[in-house]
Amino acid sequence: MQSVHDPSLVSHYVSDAFYRELIDAFKDWQRDDRAILDVHERERFRALIEREARLLDRLDFDAWLAMYAPECIYWVPTMPGGGDPRREIAIAFDDRRRMEDRIYRLRTGYAWSQAPVSRTVRMISNVEVFAAAFPARRMVRSNFLISEFRPDGVRFLSGWCGHRVVERAGRWEIEVRQVNLIDCDQNLRNPSIIF
Amino acid sequence: MLKVLGASATGAAGLYDWDELIQEDRVHRLIYTDPAIFAAELTNIWGAVWVYLGHESQIPNNNDFITTKLGLRPIILIRDAAGTIRALFNRCSHRGTTLCRKERGNAHLFTCPYHGWSYLSTGKLRAVPWPDGYACDFKDAKFNLAQVPRVDSYRGFVFGTLNPQAPSLIEYLGGITGPIDEWLDRNPGGKVEVCEANRLKFKGNWKLAYDNSGDGYHVVFSHRSLLEMENRLADEANKGMSYYRGSPDAKPMYMRYTGNGHHFKDKRPNIDKRAGGLWAVEGAAPGGEHIEAKLRGRFGAKADDILDLAGSEPVNINVFPNLSLLGNHIQVFEPVSVEETNVTWYGTRVVDAEGTLGDALDEINALRMRTQEQFPNFGEVDDLANFEEIQRGLACLEDEWVYMHRGLGIPGRVKTDAKGEITAPATDEAFMREYIKEWKRLMQASPKLTVQREP
Repeated sequence: MQSVHDPSLVSHYVSDAFYRELIDAFKDWQRDDRAILDVHERERFRALIEREARLLDRLDFDAWLAMYAPECIYWVPTMPGGGDPRREIAIAFDDRRRMEDRIYRLRTGYAWSQAPVSRTVRMISNVEVFAAAFPARRMVRSNFLISEFRPDGVRFLSGWCGHRVVERAGRWEIEVRQVNLIDCDQNLRNPSIIF
Repeated sequence: MLKVLGASATGAAGLYDWDELIQEDRVHRLIYTDPAIFAAELTNIWGAVWVYLGHESQIPNNNDFITTKLGLRPIILIRDAAGTIRALFNRCSHRGTTLCRKERGNAHLFTCPYHGWSYLSTGKLRAVPWPDGYACDFKDAKFNLAQVPRVDSYRGFVFGTLNPQAPSLIEYLGGITGPIDEWLDRNPGGKVEVCEANRLKFKGNWKLAYDNSGDGYHVVFSHRSLLEMENRLADEANKGMSYYRGSPDAKPMYMRYTGNGHHFKDKRPNIDKRAGGLWAVEGAAPGGEHIEAKLRGRFGAKADDILDLAGSEPVNINVFPNLSLLGNHIQVFEPVSVEETNVTWYGTRVVDAEGTLGDALDEINALRMRTQEQFPNFGEVDDLANFEEIQRGLACLEDEWVYMHRGLGIPGRVKTDAKGEITAPATDEAFMREYIKEWKRLMQASPKLTVQREP
């Protein structure tokens, strides 16, 4: 159910019930018996995730944000497997407003960690689609490799993403994106890009 | 200790004329860039003073352990089978292999992966494989694990030192215990529990982070993007650290140096002193309005006190050399090399042993997680970028000096009280000058460090 509040301005949807449902949805979903092997479905979501990667590489944050459902989460856990975000800090656990905060900050011209702005190229592979517990939703797993150039060199960030996508009015939107860095529980240097 | 021949036998004290490197108003670039100074610090600082090792809530049960470091020394911080907290060197007595490669766990025994020597959680050698191949019987204490001889806690914070001449922990902490007490006591039962962390690192010397830990001068510049961001939707621009705008030195906040390298930035006087005053200036957080509305509906006016638990306490409590309590975080500085440092922002959650929060506990902790994620994401990353750029700038060999003289020499500006504690306006660098003086005193000393082994 969508609330009456504008999630860009106030945060009412990140409730206890929301957390519980989220934790549940991101537990034990990558199962062979839920895999959707249909080629068209797989292509649809591969295209969606590749488009997201391109928009982020091109710093087209408005178009990137428009790929998300109004009530969405960008989640980068500190714990392999995610953990319970009610009891644990995440590298990032942004609702829509905080995603907009993140973009706003990067655009101020005073985000020194992004001065100059990183150049990135994302590679996406191993896209697999799984049935979700709720109707009109899918869970999508993909692997990523981000090459990030800053003036002192190129580094590689790698991991995998769990996207929960939802179909609304004939359009597939990203409801939750969980970014699992392989070194999420280690000290990270300058994690200031949107992964 | 083995007799070492050659120049290094003189230790840190003989490396430099420290009075030349550390002057009243400035310090030499070498203290941030010289590998020899970094190597000497591992003894004179990281071995010789009480260093923060971890929090008791990370090892609540007997045989719980975490792995950590004392300077570069790998340490197993363990609550042994009898409940005593020990800091064992994570190093097999046999050939030097680290025994434990996990970050946390519970173990009554550590078995070396290399040759199978095993040790109890007290550090005592339990057994070696095929002992009949040895002429000795291993009763000699020298085969038990080396451990930090002095480990002590202050209200859950565990420290250790290798220096038998160091004062007691409570003496070492001195006046900084007051701010630590207040930081804890605002939480139910005067307690917090450590949880996951925002773990960051930067290519720069660890002292650049400690120099910054009480710096009120950098805020509106280094954190300009954060201040603009968190006030973008506010009715009035008063969120977060907005009080640094305009004339910060005219504000009631202040910095205080309490001795032994410890210092304190108290920004609380800038905030309305009322229940809910802290929550009122907290930046937007996921779930903020939802939880606020729910708590107000359930608790009425009492909700303000609960919401303040998710607000970032406006203090910076810095315990030399590696602990910083700020907001609700326990930040730990960890040297990696002369130009690499880990800064780990452990989150804390509220514990409610008396049950005063009831079912609001989980909600306020969830909100507290989200408020704690804000600064590391949108503030600290910019500081760390600036620290890295200092390290780069210091490659200018001929431009030798780094200044920390803000506030120095202005009559009446820096005040020393009867206890010797020093108070100055919020943007002053007095704490830097004072802690680096203490650093110099330690580098000029010749501490005799020891380890202990079970008998």
